Amino acid sequence: MKIAVLVKEVPDAAVEKRIDPSTGRLDRAGEKNLNPYDQNAIEAAVQLKEGGAVPVEEIVAITMGPEGAERALHKAVSLGADRSVQLTDDAVAGSDVVATGYALAKLIERESPDLVLLGQQSDDGESYAIGAVVGEFLGFPALTQVSKFDVSGSTITAERQAEYGYDTVEVDLPAVISVSDAINEPRYPSLKAIMGAKKKPLEKVTIADAGIEADKVGAAGSKIECGNFTEPPKKAAGEIIEDEDTAATVEKIVAWLDERKLI
Amino acid sequence: MGGILVYALTNEGAINKNSLGAVSAAAKAAGELGTEAHAVVVGNVGDDVAGSLGSYGATKVFRAKDASEGLAAPAVDALAKLFADNDYDYAVFGGGLLGFEIGAGLAARVGAGITAEVTGLKVDGGKLVGQRPILGDSLISESNYKGKGVLIGRTNAFEATQSGSAVAVEDITVETSEQASKVRLVTRGEQRGADVNIEDANVLIAGGRGLGAAENFQLAEDLASAFGDGAAVGATRAVVDAGWFPYAGQIGQTGKTVAPKLYVAAGISGAIQHKVGMQGSENIIAINKDSNAPIFEFSDLGIVGDVQKVLPALTEAVKAKKGS
Ligand SMILES: Cc1cc2nc3c(=O)[nH]c(=O)nc-3n(C[C@H](O)[C@H](O)[C@H](O)COP(=O)(O)OP(=O)(O)OC[C@H]3O[C@@H](n4cnc5c(N)ncnc54)[C@H](O)[C@@H]3O)c2cc1C
Ligand SMILES: Cc1cc2nc3c(=O)[nH]c(=O)nc-3n(C[C@H](O)[C@H](O)[C@H](O)COP(=O)(O)OP(=O)(O)OC[C@H]3O[C@@H](n4cnc5c(N)ncnc54)[C@H](O)[C@@H]3O)c2cc1C
Repeated sequence: MKIAVLVKEVPDAAVEKRIDPSTGRLDRAGEKNLNPYDQNAIEAAVQLKEGGAVPVEEIVAITMGPEGAERALHKAVSLGADRSVQLTDDAVAGSDVVATGYALAKLIERESPDLVLLGQQSDDGESYAIGAVVGEFLGFPALTQVSKFDVSGSTITAERQAEYGYDTVEVDLPAVISVSDAINEPRYPSLKAIMGAKKKPLEKVTIADAGIEADKVGAAGSKIECGNFTEPPKKAAGEIIEDEDTAATVEKIVAWLDERKLI
Repeated sequence: MGGILVYALTNEGAINKNSLGAVSAAAKAAGELGTEAHAVVVGNVGDDVAGSLGSYGATKVFRAKDASEGLAAPAVDALAKLFADNDYDYAVFGGGLLGFEIGAGLAARVGAGITAEVTGLKVDGGKLVGQRPILGDSLISESNYKGKGVLIGRTNAFEATQSGSAVAVEDITVETSEQASKVRLVTRGEQRGADVNIEDANVLIAGGRGLGAAENFQLAEDLASAFGDGAAVGATRAVVDAGWFPYAGQIGQTGKTVAPKLYVAAGISGAIQHKVGMQGSENIIAINKDSNAPIFEFSDLGIVGDVQKVLPALTEAVKAKKGS
């Protein structure tokens, strides 16, 4: 079996994310990192490979992102992907969810994987949508928020929590599975894996290489324009207590509760 | 021409509350746009139930009887067919898990723009605009659609309001897509773990991954006992999925919505999907060792500290206070 894992570079969790007023897009100037939720997808692929229930020949990490986004691919490789593919092209800048999903589907088609894995959400756009969009463009069944899955022959049995409890769903391969953050504990890469990551094959492609139609991607090919950013009404900041002396802390909590007749 | 189509999620013959909210909001927006809001249900939903969507403002209700309820792909087929037949401009979803999947699939199929986590529908210049909080709810962004738009609501963002009366249900026949033929629902809505009641509690002690281990839920149980009658323990999805706590006690997007007098969040980061289920609580106390945790942004009292230390001490202090 061949697995493709979709990964995205996002602003590091420690960076205060902001919209660049001149472009109306996310300011991507600061420190960046592999989307944390994508680590769950890579870990799921690696566990499948190590588990041996099905032979996994190859894990390919795929991203669409500007120069520099190869760092996310290096990290993906250090976590267990065998090689990686990066779509870098000015034409895709500013793509919305549907345009991004279309471009990713084209990159996936070049690889013909049996299974496409991705994270439950990106830490910046948070659309929770790419998995279903990619599945639709590929004509593959797609499931999101999967917290457990098993592969048997050409069938995947997956579990996920939906609005009425846990659902168990079966899909035929090839399929798209977006995993929830509860599916596993991603491992830390070894120093050796980090050092070796840059030596693994990384293929850079343009939209022409992938057969992506220019008018379906980028800001021009997108079906949505986001703007008119406003600040929501702020709830008055709560009181904060740093717990240095726990006895004193709980005394303050009890007084606070007492004042509000909650005790 | 135009118009808004709303997907109504059902389970065991009842319509999801968030879908009723979506129909209500769409009907209101349709009125402002000078068009109509229609609704669609998937599966063998009764005439009365499906028709009752009219009472929330839908002027037509469609039913794809033969399609499997509880899966996204057959619903995408049904909505795409209705889009082709009736040329809707917009689709609106109440959110949840299936709403996201169906909305995303539909947007790709019909070439629409998509906005997730919508908290407001606005009509501007004869068009529907989706308002959505972004970047940890620090900003509201407005989505303008160049053509068709798919708007997926945030859980509990839209209130169900009655307007209008029940309508007749129109059955539709839908061709199954390749994707839909490759997915099968094995079981739906399995309740894992004991049946705990959190919706009637005055005081809720909710535990998250920060409790560290399943057995540490005892710390939350002890604090609840100290508060006495009317206090219960709840949890986040992370710990329910990990098997630390029963699903019936989960608070949030795919769990319960609660609004107790006092909500104590112990070792909970405050993810949006958790927040939507508890932000109506009257008083919120958060205990988290990370001073940057999002939960502190919407709590009334924040304790930056270790739950292992603070919870047991608080339990003793509450007991002492109650005994005095
Ligand atoms: C603040 C903000 C708000 C936005 N709002 C909207 C909006 O309302 N509508 C809209 O259409 N677009 C929106 N966008 C643009 C959108 O984020 C991008 O199109 C993005 O590339 C895909 O969406 P996502 O990251 O939200 O995906 P999600 O669906 O949240 O991501 C799920 C998974 O998809 C994979 N993935 C996502 N992007 C890539 C990529 N470039 N390469 C490889 N894998 C990837 C990852 O595995 C990820 O875990 C917004 C962007 C930002 C920063
Ligand atoms: C479609 C969808 C639906 C979802 N539905 C739900 C839902 O219904 N309910 C829900 O809750 N989530 C839901 N989620 C998941 C949600 O996004 C978060 O992943 C989840 O709420 C996180 O749970 P947590 O706060 O327990 O864990 P984490 O986010 O891991 O947070 C743990 C926190 O504990 C703190 N901590 C660690 N150790 C200690 C200590 N010793 N003392 C004090 N603090 C400590 C950490 O600083 C951290 O802030 C959903 C997600 C999606 C995408």
